[in-house]
Amino acid sequence: MAIKVGMEVSVAMGEMVKLASADVIAAYPITPQTHIVEHLAELVADGELDAEFIAVESEHSAMSACLGSAAVGARTFTASAGQGLELMHEVLYVASAMRLPIVMAVANRALSAPLSVWGDHSDVMAVRDTGWIQMFTENGQEVVDNTLCAFRIAEHPRVLLPLMVHLDGFHLSHMIEPLLLPEQSEVDRFLPPNSYPLSLDPARPVTMGDFAPPVIYTETKWAQEVNLRASKEVILDCWKEFGDAFGRYYSPVESYHSEGARVLLLTMGSFSETAMLAVDSLRSQGVDVGLVRLRLWRPFPFDELRQAVKEAEVLIVLDRALSVGGPGGPVCSEVKAALYQVEPRPKVVSFVGGLGGRDITVSGFEEIIKRGMDIAEKGSASEFEMFGVRE
Amino acid sequence: MVKSESEMTWKDLEVGCIATEPGSARRYRTGDWRSQRPTYEFRKCIKCALCQIFCPEGCINQNAEGYFEADLYYCKGCGICARECPTGVITMVEEKE
Ligand code: SF4
Ligand code: SF4
Repeated sequence: MAIKVGMEVSVAMGEMVKLASADVIAAYPITPQTHIVEHLAELVADGELDAEFIAVESEHSAMSACLGSAAVGARTFTASAGQGLELMHEVLYVASAMRLPIVMAVANRALSAPLSVWGDHSDVMAVRDTGWIQMFTENGQEVVDNTLCAFRIAEHPRVLLPLMVHLDGFHLSHMIEPLLLPEQSEVDRFLPPNSYPLSLDPARPVTMGDFAPPVIYTETKWAQEVNLRASKEVILDCWKEFGDAFGRYYSPVESYHSEGARVLLLTMGSFSETAMLAVDSLRSQGVDVGLVRLRLWRPFPFDELRQAVKEAEVLIVLDRALSVGGPGGPVCSEVKAALYQVEPRPKVVSFVGGLGGRDITVSGFEEIIKRGMDIAEKGSASEFEMFGVRE
Repeated sequence: MVKSESEMTWKDLEVGCIATEPGSARRYRTGDWRSQRPTYEFRKCIKCALCQIFCPEGCINQNAEGYFEADLYYCKGCGICARECPTGVITMVEEKE
């Protein structure tokens, strides 16, 4: 039986890492991820979690320590955000290419300059191509559930990849929410022990992270591509089995009144909950609008996305990050790429907003939807619109 | 023994490109970017082994007659052996191709 609690989402995530019996946590605190790391440090210090807490001097070291920890087959967790995630950037590629199943929480945060500790998806987009499995979450329960799924997916023998669980900084990380936490026995039933197949062992010497001359590098990258794409099958299985065990089902692209809707809005992360209210409000005014929410970011769910938007005439995408000097919203540009070969396809309209912690309210989303419909009809001279910017 | 890298397909790679055979780097020929090679006038050689000691590649071994000679699969052509040899046995010559 699940335990009902009222808990800050960051603390709940720490509790889930404890329930998952992580062996090693190597992390450096950074706003808005701090409470996750602090809570885990407390759990280890108080003897409630039998794990090694490595207090590192930087995020670069945090991820490097995680490499070593995952390489000996230890269940490994870390967390970061914003500048911290950027500081560990180069090591992220190593973790995925070496197939080390590290689970990381990212409390999504804007990137400097100007200095902003508040939330957006700039940090997510900067690590887009690092080869990690990445998923967005919308509320505290999704964070709890997907932290558990994260370990099971990452460590699955057919996956063996690091995985980022994204939760919006402050909007999600600092909320106190009513949550259902699973019991230890339920977690143990759902999450098998980590059995990393080629772990470092003096009795069976292996070389990890060696170098690849031009004659083999291309093959290593293709192997990585095939492997990350194939992980989707395991992700889907895991979500299905999680749903069967716990009653809450997840999918790569979630929908809300999107079936048959003429106009669709696409969001990701915690803003999706506000966008649902806007959809409700507009539908009550007779606007034929629905919502699709991107949960799985890598591997990108091409088929599910095409399926979810195939009947729409207009697809409005709200990005919380800016590809400066590029197509505007990074998610929107991928959505466009996914739909380019599809006939017929909706007109795609790109908005960038909610940057550096700025809220988008229900009426804000209504405005985005109406403006998006207008652009779809009349066209626009620019690649995208910056929502809410003061002229 | 595993396939050589030029024969391997992506399917032959271990998880995370881990090399599971200890010492397999020995088979990796690293001498092919050399632009000079050492040549020898062994009649001058006093078998002092200085060249072997100084060679940064550790690629100098004794041949059947006991003379010290570079293994050209690994020799980088740095010329240190030629410079250190006290009796002028070794001359560096340009690699032709
Ligand atoms: S040229 Fe350099 S690498 Fe080659 S045998 Fe002499 S010392 Fe060694
Ligand atoms: S340093 Fe010169 S003399 Fe001494 S062993 Fe080498 S080649 Fe012979």
